Formats: sequence, structure tokens, C-alpha cells
Amino acid sequence: MSGKLKTHIPQVIEKYEQKILDEWIKEQLSTATLRPDLIREDELREQCATFIEHLQAGLKGSNITDIEHSNWAPLRELLSSITRSRTTQGFTPTETATFVFSFKQPLYEQLRKSHDTSDGLAEDLWTATVILDKLGLFITEVHLKTREEVIARQQEEMFELSSPVVELWDGVLGLPVIGTMDSKRTQLVMESLLQRLAETQSEMAIIDITGVPTVDTLTAQHLLKTVNAAQLMGAQCVISGVRPQIAQTMVHLGINLGDVVTKATMASALAHAFAHQGLEISSVAKKQG
Amino acid sequence: MESIPILHMGDFLLVTIQTDMHDQIALDLQNNLSKSIVQTGARGVLIDISVMDIVDSYIARVIGNIAQMSRVLDAETVLAGMQPSVAMTLVEMGVTLAGVRTALNADKGMAMLRKISGSD
Amino acid sequence: MRTKVWQCYVRSPGATSLSDTSNDEIAPIQQESDILWIRQLVQEYAAELGFNSLDQTKLVTAASELSRNTLIHGGGGEMIIAKIQTERQRGLRMIFEDRGPGIKDIDQALTDGFTTGEGMGLGLGGAKRLVNEFEVAERDGGGTIITVTRWA
Repeated sequence: MSGKLKTHIPQVIEKYEQKILDEWIKEQLSTATLRPDLIREDELREQCATFIEHLQAGLKGSNITDIEHSNWAPLRELLSSITRSRTTQGFTPTETATFVFSFKQPLYEQLRKSHDTSDGLAEDLWTATVILDKLGLFITEVHLKTREEVIARQQEEMFELSSPVVELWDGVLGLPVIGTMDSKRTQLVMESLLQRLAETQSEMAIIDITGVPTVDTLTAQHLLKTVNAAQLMGAQCVISGVRPQIAQTMVHLGINLGDVVTKATMASALAHAFAHQGLEISSVAKKQG
Repeated sequence: MESIPILHMGDFLLVTIQTDMHDQIALDLQNNLSKSIVQTGARGVLIDISVMDIVDSYIARVIGNIAQMSRVLDAETVLAGMQPSVAMTLVEMGVTLAGVRTALNADKGMAMLRKISGSD
Repeated sequence: MRTKVWQCYVRSPGATSLSDTSNDEIAPIQQESDILWIRQLVQEYAAELGFNSLDQTKLVTAASELSRNTLIHGGGGEMIIAKIQTERQRGLRMIFEDRGPGIKDIDQALTDGFTTGEGMGLGLGGAKRLVNEFEVAERDGGGTIITVTRWA
């Protein structure tokens, strides 16, 4: 955006701070988005006052609409911590972003009263809008990131309960995968498989994906990487339980499994593993009494 | 200057790489190996990297060179004991080590060498 | 100052702010043993930042690639390492600088894989895949500056 902006916003805020603050708080208390069950008024007052303080600091820079600039760091930190706590408390992104957006009205009111020319007013209103909109979007981003962190934590906990690596036979590991394999989970699962291969010094692993409804490009790539990594270690991976739908999806997505051995069922994969080890299953001859 | 020792075990040569090899040491290893293969008539080379927790593309290239050189001298190469995180990192980087046989550990590596050279 | 910059990944917002540049450390890259020291250093920093074991391996390997590149292709130089903290995340940043001949064709160098033959690969393409952000710049006065970042 532009360089030095001559703006009256800081002076207006300084001169009419109390009035802006009161109007802003009144605005928030009156809207339905405040959630009085989750936040107290004195807490809100403090947050608002600090906001204005840091806002003034941000307005001191030369490129005031660049909120990535270090002058805006204190305000970004304040908004981050407010957003994070509100997100975990259960506020929606709209409810939290309203904290910033509801500041517009009281500020614009004072700007209007202070300007004698409409040009200066238009410019200041635009600058204020740009800044406050960016801050509002920033809040939404932090909100999303916080939610993602919660979900990631939950996923890891869930992962602990599913997809254990089992020893099917001496030198043969099995990994029955249940459920949707997103990128993160696939990585974790594959890492643990390779770890177990090393620990047990098993030469073969059967990754069974019968219980996997869909495989996307990223997951297939992780699968391939795992097979390649196992190969570098000196082990072989067989993928079993590839259902027709998944096979079709992979073809459509252009995923090439190359030399990877795939089997329709875990049973045929196991047979393959035995053959590879030079083992054969035969029935026990009945002994005569 | 330290150089990497080459053990002579029957028909095969065993090399254990423990730390990062750099230029001179890597060159010496390759030279010494080719000499040893010719002198001993070894049928195969086992490279044990089970102690290495970092393998970068340079080392991978040295290993690839050794495999190529050995093949020219009519010996097979097996790379043994790659750690999981090393394997995952190499795959992530796109290093394939094509043409290099691998084994989980030195024992299995030796067994593999016996099998390959036995069928020659 | 940088003249030309090839940016391979879009910087995540806020990545330019090193909130505390006083915590960076400089390691020389003048001989092979320096690479070993750098590996140790990077491993320590990565562990302190809470990277898991696999990610530590990736960071140390990337550092090994890039410092070797600085030494062999760049004729020597240095690495600056720092923990960085934005208000959204923390990470590790490493800057490799040399005063060598520079890289004639950066695009080619970055796509150059690991030729199992002659091995002219500079190791940059591989290192690029081990980090989140990778930037190659031509140094004013000659040489190369490579900046990599991985978020925890």
C-alpha cells in the first residue's frame, strides 16, 4: 500500500478516547454477539482500553496499513490472545471479530465530527476501514488456527487408539488401517510402521486398507513414500485390501503405484509373504491311533 | 588421517561407516575398496550404515559410486541397516539409491550376498 | 543487500519478523569439520524448539546439504542460525552465505535431482523439500545467500 499517509486518526482517537471507548463498549454490550455468559464487562473494558493503546502504537509507523509491520506487533499479540481464549471458550469467529468491527462506528462518528473537509474525511475513513478490516481478518485466521490445533490434538489422541502395528508372523508385520487417512495421520502411522520394522527386523509389512473409504493424492503419496523408505531399509511393503473404487480413484488421480505389490485381500498378501520367506502351509497328517 | 577399515570376510568385504565421510576419506574408501576387490577376488561388498543417523545426498552418492564401481569389478553391493528416519529423509529429498540392494542388518546383508553371488 | 531473489515458496505471513534477532548464532563454514559442528548445532536448536526426532533429522540433513554446498560450490562461507517466533508459530531459520561464484542457473539447480552417475547435483533440490520455506538470493558483490525456515 502507499507510503506516508497523512492521517488524523491518531489525534482524533487521542482527543476523544473516552467517548470512543464508551460508545464501543456500549455497542458490544448491546449486540447479541457479546456472550455475557462468557465475558465480564470489566474484562471487556480492559481489553478495549489496551486495544486502543496498541492501536495508537501501530498508527505511529510510516506504512500504517501494513499490519505485518513490527509497530503492529503488540496489537496483533493482544488480538491473538483475546481470540485464542475466546475460541476455546466457544465464541464463533463472527462473535470475536465483532470486537474489532464494532470499533468502526464510534471511530467514524468522531472522525466525521472532527473533519471540516470531506476529502480528508474520506481518506481517513478509508484508511481506518482498511486497517480494521485487516485486523478483523487476522482475528479470523487466529481463530481458525486455534481450532486446528485443538483438532490436531484430538486426532493424535484418536490415532493412539487406532491403527496399531501387529506382528502377523515372524518377520511379517501387519498394519490394518481403519478410517479416513488424512495427511497428518498417514504420516504418523507410516512413521510408526517403519519404526516397528526396524525394531522387529521384519522384512515384510502388509498395509491393509480395506477399512479406508477413500484415498486422495496426498495419502497415496505418503503410502508410496513409506513403501520406498521401507525398501531403503531392506524391507518390503505389500498393500492389501485395495477396493475397486479406490483403484479407480487412483487411476483417475494419476497415482502410479509402480512396482508396489498390491493384493486384493489380507489373506493373499499373507500367502505372498509366506512364499517370499520360502514357507508353505500344509495340513497336519492325521496320526493313526 | 583416519581411513575407514575394510574387513575381509570370506568371499566378501565388509565396510562399516560410522561418521560423516568427507572428500578425502570418501575418495580413499572408494580407492581402497576397488583395490581390495581385485586383490581378494571378493564377490560382494557389504556397507553397514546401522550407526549412521544422518545420511545426506553426498554420502548417498558415495554409496552409489561404490555400488557402480563394484559392479564393474564383478562384485555385488548390499547396503545394510539404514535407520527409519534416515530412510524417510532420503525419500523426502527424492534420493532413490537405485541399483543398490538393501538389507535390514549386516547378517541379512551377508545372507543376501551369499545368495546373489551363489547363483552367479 | 540482495539484488535478485528467487523465492520458491510463499512466505507465511509474519515470517519476516524476527522478534529477537539477538539470539542468532554464526558458524563458519571453511572446512569439512565445520559441517560436523553445524550438524550438532542444528540438532541442539531443533531439539530445543521441540521438533520431533524425524524433523530433527530432516533439519540436520538439510543443514548438512547446504553447508556442504557453501563449502564446495561457494568456496566457504558461514551459516547464521536463529530461533524465530511470530505470534502464530515458532521455528528454526538458517541462512547460508558464501562469496563464491554464485549459481548460474538457479531453476536448474533446484530441480537437479541426485544423479547416481557423475553426481553434479548441488543438493539444493533435496534440501528444499526438507524445509517449509526456501529462498535463494544472489549476493551483492558476488556469492549466494540461501535462507531456509522450518516451523515447529
